[in-house]
Amino acid sequence: MFNYTFQWKQAMARLPQMLDGAIVTMQVAILSMVIGVLLAILLTMFRLSGSRILSAIAKTWVEVARNTPALFQIYMAHFGLGSFGLHLSPFMSLLLGITFNNAGYLAENFRGALKAIPDTQTRAARSLGFGATDAFRYVVLPQMLRIAFLPMTNQMVWAILMTSLGVTVGMNTDLFGVTQDLNALTFRTFELFAIAAVIFYVITKIVTLGARLLAIRLFRY
Amino acid sequence: MFDTALTTADLIFLAKGAWMTIVVTAISVLIGTVLGIVFGVFRYQVGAIWASPLTFVLDIFRSIPLLIQLVLANAFLGTILRLNMSGFTIACLVLSLYTAAYCSEIVRGGIEAVPATTRRAARSLGMTWGQDMREIVMPLATRVALPSWIGLALGVMKDSALVYVVQVTELLKSTQILITRLQEPLFLLLICGTFYFVISFPLARFGGYLEKRWSND
Repeated sequence: MFNYTFQWKQAMARLPQMLDGAIVTMQVAILSMVIGVLLAILLTMFRLSGSRILSAIAKTWVEVARNTPALFQIYMAHFGLGSFGLHLSPFMSLLLGITFNNAGYLAENFRGALKAIPDTQTRAARSLGFGATDAFRYVVLPQMLRIAFLPMTNQMVWAILMTSLGVTVGMNTDLFGVTQDLNALTFRTFELFAIAAVIFYVITKIVTLGARLLAIRLFRY
Repeated sequence: MFDTALTTADLIFLAKGAWMTIVVTAISVLIGTVLGIVFGVFRYQVGAIWASPLTFVLDIFRSIPLLIQLVLANAFLGTILRLNMSGFTIACLVLSLYTAAYCSEIVRGGIEAVPATTRRAARSLGMTWGQDMREIVMPLATRVALPSWIGLALGVMKDSALVYVVQVTELLKSTQILITRLQEPLFLLLICGTFYFVISFPLARFGGYLEKRWSND
């Protein structure tokens, strides 16, 4: 039926290089997620602050991040900032693009989670003598992060999948970039990308499973 | 910045890209939704254990970057099976399955949201499984599923920016071609981004409105 010889051995020989790429992929994903969560908390605070300008900034950020393709955001970080004379390396552009995207989606998740926390929580904290910031930091924030834990896991998976877009701005050290380069060397497109797909699958499964175990440990009470 | 070398011909080129984005999205969402409903109902109906092979396959589409799915499909259909398919067909095929994977999850969630007692009441009144599905489950499940489905359709539109890897020149790719030629990245990217935003933002807002309106009644 088909006239094609699979060359798995040849492709498997490149596995160590691809695993190195997977580490870079994880670095980008984790960094973008950590910075993204911090930015999202900041954006949520902007929205709660009551200041019109701050909440307009937060709203614009969220809507732009959610309503344009991630690839567009990465292009914007690479070529868009480039036209202001700010030339970022592919790694930085990719990180910036994904972080921007993460922060937008997470801020929206956090806003949804906040709705589920009754006002009385803040009021109780305030009447116990907490300041506004302390009430947010010690009472609202932990509950918010707990409710938003599952969406955060999903966002982490998306961040991992999004790193594959780095190749469009010349990133060649992440898993997709490495695979692309190896493909140019060996032309075993199917075999190489199938291995990359398996690596991606395993990584996302480890992350979701790990998150589930972490949730059991964190939310015992 | 406003002193641009963009000509009418270039604008038409961009418009063609935008049209391609819309066509690919429309076809994939249509096929993907039909498949997603079939898969979703099937998965609900046969139970988690018997549906596990299907669940596993659909899960793969959600755990692997779309870019790799497209490259693999292209390599498999083109180099291994030598089917001589156009990039457009491959793009629609992969995006449809990608949509179906997410859609089946939404459909299943929608069906599960219909209280079992309501369905039992329908069956006790003598309705057949088909009637129960059509008259009871569908209207109630739609209320839960439609807002997420709008989100999914918009997500597919944004993800369709990746089909450039199978040689389909959609909006973002045509923008990139023009950037290479005109060297005005910011201006061109803003046009492209505005297009996505103008389509996506009102629909996303509408989805949010539906969700709010249908949530507590």
